[in-house]
Amino acid sequence: MTVTATSTPPPAAPQLSGGSGKGGRTRLSFPVILLLAAGALLALSTIRWIGTTLDLIPDAEAGNWWALTASGQITAALSMAVPIGLAGLGGLWAERAGVVNIGLEGMMILGTFFGAWAGWQTDPWLGVLAGVLGGMFGGLLHALATVTFGVDHIISGIAINILALGVTTYFAKLWFNSGEAAAKGGSPKQSPPADEITTVTVPGLSDWLNSIEIDKEGQRRFFVSDVAGFLGGLVTNLSLLTIVAVLLFVMTFVVLWKTSFGLRLRSCGENPIAAESLGVNVYKYKYIAVIVSGGMAGLGGAFLSLVTSHIYNEGQTGGRGYIGLAAMIFGNWRPGGLAMGAGLFGYADALQLRNGGSTVHVMLLLLVLVLLAIAGWKAYRKSWIQAGASAVIAVGVLLWFLSTDTVPVEFVAATPYVVTLLVLSLSAQRLRMPKADGMRYRKGQGK
Amino acid sequence: MKKFDKERVLLGLAAPLLAIVVAFLVTALVLAATGKQPFSAFGIMFDYGSKSDSQVYILNKGTTYYLAGLAVAVGFRMNLFNIGVDGQYRLAAFFAAALGGALTLPGPLQIVMIILCAMIVGAMWAGIAGVLKVTRGVSEVVSTIMLNAIATAIIGYLLQVGRLGNLDQAGTKISTKPIPESAHFFEFPTTPAPVWGFIVVAIVAGIAFWFTLSRTRFGFDLRTVGQSGSAAEASGVNVKRMVVTSMLISGAMAGLIGMPTLLNDSYEYSGDFPVGIGFTGIAIALLGRNNPVGIALGALLWAFLERGSGQLEFQGYDKEIVGVIQGVIVLCVVIAYEVVRRYGLRRQQRQVGAKLAAQARNSDKQEVSA
Repeated sequence: MTVTATSTPPPAAPQLSGGSGKGGRTRLSFPVILLLAAGALLALSTIRWIGTTLDLIPDAEAGNWWALTASGQITAALSMAVPIGLAGLGGLWAERAGVVNIGLEGMMILGTFFGAWAGWQTDPWLGVLAGVLGGMFGGLLHALATVTFGVDHIISGIAINILALGVTTYFAKLWFNSGEAAAKGGSPKQSPPADEITTVTVPGLSDWLNSIEIDKEGQRRFFVSDVAGFLGGLVTNLSLLTIVAVLLFVMTFVVLWKTSFGLRLRSCGENPIAAESLGVNVYKYKYIAVIVSGGMAGLGGAFLSLVTSHIYNEGQTGGRGYIGLAAMIFGNWRPGGLAMGAGLFGYADALQLRNGGSTVHVMLLLLVLVLLAIAGWKAYRKSWIQAGASAVIAVGVLLWFLSTDTVPVEFVAATPYVVTLLVLSLSAQRLRMPKADGMRYRKGQGK
Repeated sequence: MKKFDKERVLLGLAAPLLAIVVAFLVTALVLAATGKQPFSAFGIMFDYGSKSDSQVYILNKGTTYYLAGLAVAVGFRMNLFNIGVDGQYRLAAFFAAALGGALTLPGPLQIVMIILCAMIVGAMWAGIAGVLKVTRGVSEVVSTIMLNAIATAIIGYLLQVGRLGNLDQAGTKISTKPIPESAHFFEFPTTPAPVWGFIVVAIVAGIAFWFTLSRTRFGFDLRTVGQSGSAAEASGVNVKRMVVTSMLISGAMAGLIGMPTLLNDSYEYSGDFPVGIGFTGIAIALLGRNNPVGIALGALLWAFLERGSGQLEFQGYDKEIVGVIQGVIVLCVVIAYEVVRRYGLRRQQRQVGAKLAAQARNSDKQEVSA
């Protein structure tokens, strides 16, 4: 085990570190997140400036550079991030109460299915409700198995994933492939479309930011356009459900960290025996937490089937429940960090969907810069081997960048997973999960 | 001396049976609630599932599932959750198929090379998760999930014309180069269809699994780590090395999962190579309680359910009901095992208590009489 990874304090003001440098010790407070976002934007602008002035990129590719912060990209990233974030929020609730919830994927599947099922027949908002209830049902099963019967949390979660997949596949064929549903475009693997949930654009602000992003001559400017594009993306074509999701993040933070209910819930995840000795009904809190967790994941699923695509599709979740869990761990079991993790995943997803390999190719240069920064930092700390390794990789990536003009689309698809693995392996020791997370607890075991 | 405890064996059997009965009841309720006659559905499944061609199918499919269950169980036995068996076997089968298509060696040698290649690739892929766990403290659950997705991307990238992919004559399917006939695995010439010879390898793997875990020092260490890492550490077991080693073994075992299909059926890796068997393996390992015989029964049950349900489609039912049955079985079985485990623990405590009380009474009497 290398000592440097644990003893190196995280840099005070991480400037160029898009994905690394978040430690468990510097709290991810709101200003820090803003700083990080601004830093990432500045880094992007700088690279673009370097790239264009040094003529490293052909003109044809210049558009790709702007695509990275175009408001459309940010809007798409946000809508990709919401389901992941909601799944992660579900994980946060459960794990803060000490129950590992790998069944998020299954609960999300229930959410997509029931969301679309109620959504196409009635109102999309009733669909949302049905999706949440479906997810909560999955959460209830998980709570029953893990809290009441004391089954290992991972095992129960896997069982729920298998069950949810089996049940939804069966009922999808039964309900979406007959009668009225089939007439409206349903099939064994797909539901009829549901009505759209209203999207809103903040009037005035959106136009104003748009006009800053691209001025009257159709030109974009260093950094200013990036910031305007970024903010513009956040206030344009917002689904109402996205706003609900953001409010849920705020609510989770307030409830879990600012109320006595939250303190009790978290105490069940840190030390259930101590909580019990203070008169907390640990079972009750764990049940509440896991059911809420399922509801959040269900909402994430409903978002997928009602906002992202308007229909239920078999395999629609595509492992987002697992990704949500990873985003939560990445965010050190805190809502702010989780939001950032989900944002990164959503950004990568949107990048791949909208622009394919050529835009991601641009990101290689960013990677080079980050690696060089790490190399410099490690050299300053006198860990020469790590510095050397980073520098060598940086040169390798630079050569890759210069010798190709696109990144295979499969690599793009794998990027979020590789990044998660890297970030986890670099920072896992700085993360602090709830102390009694994943442990079995029986009432009265401390006596 | 270990006494044969009849009640304990009964308890062990009760749990899975109970789960299967509950699963069929729940399924019957689901069928009835959706307006279908439940019991004739089960009748169809049993009739069709016990036909001789179905038996062959079940044995062949069961071979694959058995290896998957074993691969998962190696990790489970020491509390390692190798969710990544899925990615490991796909990656292993892919590279093994590519190697098999490229080589032209004498048959048996080539088969050995293919299998070795699969085991090594599987072990390496699982080893990444093991190494990350012991050196960087990354939970194997998360890292193997990530590795699954990365494996999918790698296969997608390499399985293209001009890389390791090959377009077939019809020009519709991309696969690896087919393995030459000399390197096909042998088959048992049963009627109406042959039973794959790889079942022999699966049985050998099962025996090896049993022997290693219950008759060797390594197996003892592995189980000790599973029960309590700190106790194992205190008794001189190198826990970190055990984690990496068992991840490697689990991955090597996972490498075998694709082999029955590759060497006895498809002879190439293409887009329709079976996927998701890693997760089936998890279900089967849970069902069989990480025990080689239990896993075999679980694998056969799974294959039987799949075969039987296929026929339902022709009789006005939906074959997808099998997913419901399997899901309910898994959830019920994990709960049932836990309930039985706890009951067994209480029962043991009572028995020991009674024994101690009897001893105390006896010694009291002796003192009085002396």
